Amino acid sequence: MQIPRHWRLQKQRYSLLGEVCNRCGVKLFPPRDVCPECSHDAQTLYQFTGTGHVHSFSQVFDPPTGHVENTPYIVALVKLEEGPMVTAQLTDVDNDQVEIGMQVEMVTRKLSDDGAEGMIVYGYKFRPRLLGQHS
Amino acid sequence: MTDFPNVFIAGTGCTTVGEHWGISLRHLAWEAVNSALASSMTKKPDAIFVGNMLAPRLSQQQNVGVLVADFCGLRGTEAITVEAAGASGAAAVRQAVLAIRSGEINTALVVGVEKMTDAVGTDVTTAIASGADSDWEVAHGVTAPAIAALIMRRYMYEYGVPPDQFSGFAVNAHKNAATNSNAMFRNLISREQYSRAPMVASPVNVFDSAPDADGASALVITSLNRDFVPGKSIRIAASSLSTDSLAIHDRDDILSFSAAQTSARSAYNQAGIDSNQVDVAEIYDRFGVYTAMSLEACDFVGRGSGWEMAQNGSISLDGSLPISTFGGLKARGNPGGATGVYQIVEIAHQLAGTAGKNQVPDAKWALAQCLGSSGATAVTHILQMIDSR
Repeated sequence: MQIPRHWRLQKQRYSLLGEVCNRCGVKLFPPRDVCPECSHDAQTLYQFTGTGHVHSFSQVFDPPTGHVENTPYIVALVKLEEGPMVTAQLTDVDNDQVEIGMQVEMVTRKLSDDGAEGMIVYGYKFRPRLLGQHS
Repeated sequence: MTDFPNVFIAGTGCTTVGEHWGISLRHLAWEAVNSALASSMTKKPDAIFVGNMLAPRLSQQQNVGVLVADFCGLRGTEAITVEAAGASGAAAVRQAVLAIRSGEINTALVVGVEKMTDAVGTDVTTAIASGADSDWEVAHGVTAPAIAALIMRRYMYEYGVPPDQFSGFAVNAHKNAATNSNAMFRNLISREQYSRAPMVASPVNVFDSAPDADGASALVITSLNRDFVPGKSIRIAASSLSTDSLAIHDRDDILSFSAAQTSARSAYNQAGIDSNQVDVAEIYDRFGVYTAMSLEACDFVGRGSGWEMAQNGSISLDGSLPISTFGGLKARGNPGGATGVYQIVEIAHQLAGTAGKNQVPDAKWALAQCLGSSGATAVTHILQMIDSR
């Protein structure tokens, strides 16, 4: 397990901190420092709200290393309210209830582990949006 | 405008695709190289281009280019490894074509080799997944089949396609592999078996996915105009590589293989033909939805209609556009970085009329397209048969 590699992404993994392009206004997540739309520098930080909807999803039965314990799980493409799409797991949901268009919100959960002695990686997942808790 | 040398295919060689427990990475390569050099009557190529995807991870072996040169009796020859995930073999062909077109070399040996089965369990799944975006896709538990599944679910949703409609691609591939002695799966499958298969990553099931396998394939290509078989030469009329975002979540439209489309159109332009002049094609049929979207990207069919070709007979050996003619990735098997070289070897034999029971009638133009990282890399080649009598 490569500790610095996960550590340096903590602001993105724990709170969906992205960037915005000062020229064309496109919001970027994951942050990439250069705007893919207009090639301008895009290093101004932008805090995403963490709400969006499911664009597509799949239930994974043949996982990569570190994800075996949680298998089967649902991965999804989540279209964030601010525009970008992210790849993330869905959680706190009955697998049969997932559908395209479902409104979701970001939560922090365990992503993967490196065995009993190893590091646990935490990060964003998405759950069905709890109505009435957002103003 | 352009005045670079033509590139011809001089010889080919392939191992069977499968689980070669008794054969090492280097021996696999040697078997294919030996056939290709012998059939082309070449003793020493000017340079060697080796397509390989996973040897640094699964065999703890880097610099496979030198390994192949050294082990195959070509020590001292210029040799390099080319890596572009699933498109590594096709990208190696592309680099060899560029080298010959540049005038710097006359004859190149291209080798695609992959050894998947020395590792087991999640190691192979994880290694293959590393073709996707490691930080932003794989860290979240995404695998190569899961990416195909995300695309397939959306494709079914937007175009109203039931999942069993993709079965025709797999049924056709297995039917063609049955008569290919190099194929991994030589059994026929039915639409019903496809529909009952267990899921890998829903809605992608086991029978919708190509098997990861060991294999090696080699080509000798040259600027010297020579017959591939008596009376026929095979020219590489076009070679094109394009790229798209690495992660699918960064694409404007996940239902369009835009790199595949750009690469195909550039290839048609180089060859001076339209898509409807292609007589036979090997495309990246690793998953049913990739087959459908590749057919669309190559302008064989309109957007959202690729899946219809699975069921209407047009892709069979006697159809209007035969594909997966030796079984494709789906049933010949998918030896990673070797796949793109297998495709070129197969279409060369279709054009030469040496495809045996898998022969398509009267082919003059053939296309091979290989994808890496779910369409992030797309390599398209077009071959032309020239009657030299």
